[in-house]
Amino acid sequence: MTTIDLANPDVEEDPDPSDAVAPLGEALIRIRRLDPDSVITYCGAAFSALALAWLIYERFAPFSGGLGFLVVAWTAFCIIVYSLCRQQWGKIAARDHLVRLLVASMAMLALIPLGSIVFTVVQRGYHGLQPSFLTHTMAGAASLSKFSQGGAWHSIVGSFEVVGIAMLISVPLGVMTAVFLNEIGGRLARPVRTLTDAMSAVPSVVAGLFIFAVLIQPQYLKATGFAGALAISILMVPTVTRTAEVVLRLVPGGLREASFALGGSEWNTTKQVVLPTARTGLVTAVVLGVARVVGETAPLIITMIGAQQFNGNPFRGLQDALPLFIWSDKVNSTGQGVVDTWMWSGACVLLAIVLVLFVAARVLGNRSGLGAVPRVRRQR
Amino acid sequence: MTILEEVSLESDSANVASALTARSVSAWFGNHKVLERVSLEMRPNEVTALIGPSGCGKSTFLRTLNRMHELVPGASLAGEILLDDTDIYRDPVAVTEIRRRIGMVFQKPNPFPAMSVAENVVAGLKLCGHKVDRSSRDDLVQHCLSRAGLWNEVKNRLHDNGGALSGGQQQRLCIARSLAVRPDVLLMDEPCSALDPTSTRRIEETIDELREEVTIVIVTHNMQQAQRVSQRCAFFLAGENEPGHVVEAGRTEAMFTNPQDQRTLDYVRGRFG
Repeated sequence: MTTIDLANPDVEEDPDPSDAVAPLGEALIRIRRLDPDSVITYCGAAFSALALAWLIYERFAPFSGGLGFLVVAWTAFCIIVYSLCRQQWGKIAARDHLVRLLVASMAMLALIPLGSIVFTVVQRGYHGLQPSFLTHTMAGAASLSKFSQGGAWHSIVGSFEVVGIAMLISVPLGVMTAVFLNEIGGRLARPVRTLTDAMSAVPSVVAGLFIFAVLIQPQYLKATGFAGALAISILMVPTVTRTAEVVLRLVPGGLREASFALGGSEWNTTKQVVLPTARTGLVTAVVLGVARVVGETAPLIITMIGAQQFNGNPFRGLQDALPLFIWSDKVNSTGQGVVDTWMWSGACVLLAIVLVLFVAARVLGNRSGLGAVPRVRRQR
Repeated sequence: MTILEEVSLESDSANVASALTARSVSAWFGNHKVLERVSLEMRPNEVTALIGPSGCGKSTFLRTLNRMHELVPGASLAGEILLDDTDIYRDPVAVTEIRRRIGMVFQKPNPFPAMSVAENVVAGLKLCGHKVDRSSRDDLVQHCLSRAGLWNEVKNRLHDNGGALSGGQQQRLCIARSLAVRPDVLLMDEPCSALDPTSTRRIEETIDELREEVTIVIVTHNMQQAQRVSQRCAFFLAGENEPGHVVEAGRTEAMFTNPQDQRTLDYVRGRFG
């Protein structure tokens, strides 16, 4: 008996497929993802496209420049792949190959800006990433000339505190609003949803100005980390709400009915069935909210101004945050030197924090709930 | 609290199932009337089967019996439904208590995906706001799973995710979950329609055993199933653009062998629907 194991992804990735044998001694059929014909077709097309581009550039036309060469080669590659596939497998299959190629190219294209941002930031900033960068502050920044004399410790702490407070404010608000929109609803749901949508379009600088005008100018509050947290909460709440609402809508209605039929109250149903089922998505909502605000600069300039020295108390005195660190370095930059590098180092740390957040969300969210459903592997 | 006591005393005191009586129940979705003055008596310790073609209001009727009908926006109803002597819509009893006493098993198995098998069983108690301590929890889980005929299959998988079970097992898990809150009545909305014959047979056996303690109302499209599991039957029918109503109700045997109404005879013989 031979098992056709289509579902087992390990089979495809077996390094030596000829030896792929199930524990009971049955030979597994290996589903090929790449057949030799297509490989040859694509390799040939790539080779001839490069050759053609070279011919055009070196022999026929007075063109020059790397970008143009790539564009010509890529266009030629697409055309050649299409015609080769058409000859071998017909029109429909050829169109399939062509579209797949175009889609894949666009995806690669979209990755270029992302990759180059990360590359630039790391390349320019890694000199400044010495241990002192994570332990020292910018106190006496004007006279600093060595990397070991200063750092962004005060900004990192400030960022964590400000974003932490903003999370404490906006996660309960956002999730509860989503619960209201989705579980309770009623006549008020529509205006609330419209308002949330409108709020998510508020420019961040306006959020900062709002807090400044309403709380700081009338002197209810001084410019502190807490004021900054309030400002970015305004930006974070709509993001959390909208994402959480979408996630809650994915929870099957049958589960709510089952809970009601057992005698569950509305709140118990929400607390014990709906929210746990949507847990993965809710974590995503929180992470998206944090990612939305962690790099916000304008509202923080207005509401917490920034500082050069350490201040661990978000309720008293000026505080710094990573975006403010980057901003003040830019302002004080002379074009090159220590401070200029630190600007990029600060950006490195900010990127790293976002990265860690996303990875943490994936790990935390994947343990159970809807995220426990194994991802379906694409079959061709 | 009381539920847990009942559970622990279960072996001593036999539960007396309750009677459920519907008196001229009509139901609407918006302005569309779907049920026309249905009166039906569902007796204790009997299984009542609701049969009839699709769209004749069987499920709607079932959902009026434990106040699930009102969850649909725009739904309304008239008439009176009595659980023993309690009018479930007019008497001052909390709707959550009504639904606890009148449990429901749905067409599609719907175990809570964020919970393990054991957690699913005790979920109802927690949803009703009862604390469940460890020792009584284990007993309760075993007791309910045994009554649903699932214990032997899952006793080593109690901490697996409820969604990891097969369809038939999931449905029996849902039955166990309903039983954990000690309902007096269990409503079943085509509980076997998504299941294979073996699972169906297991669930029918379970229904037969449960009848001792719980009044059961089951909606089914399967004539043989109605014959096998039920003692009483009600035949629902809806004319074109007319709300559904009960054509005939009575003992299952009589309904299938010697119905009073020609339409019932045609339906149970499989001539339409």
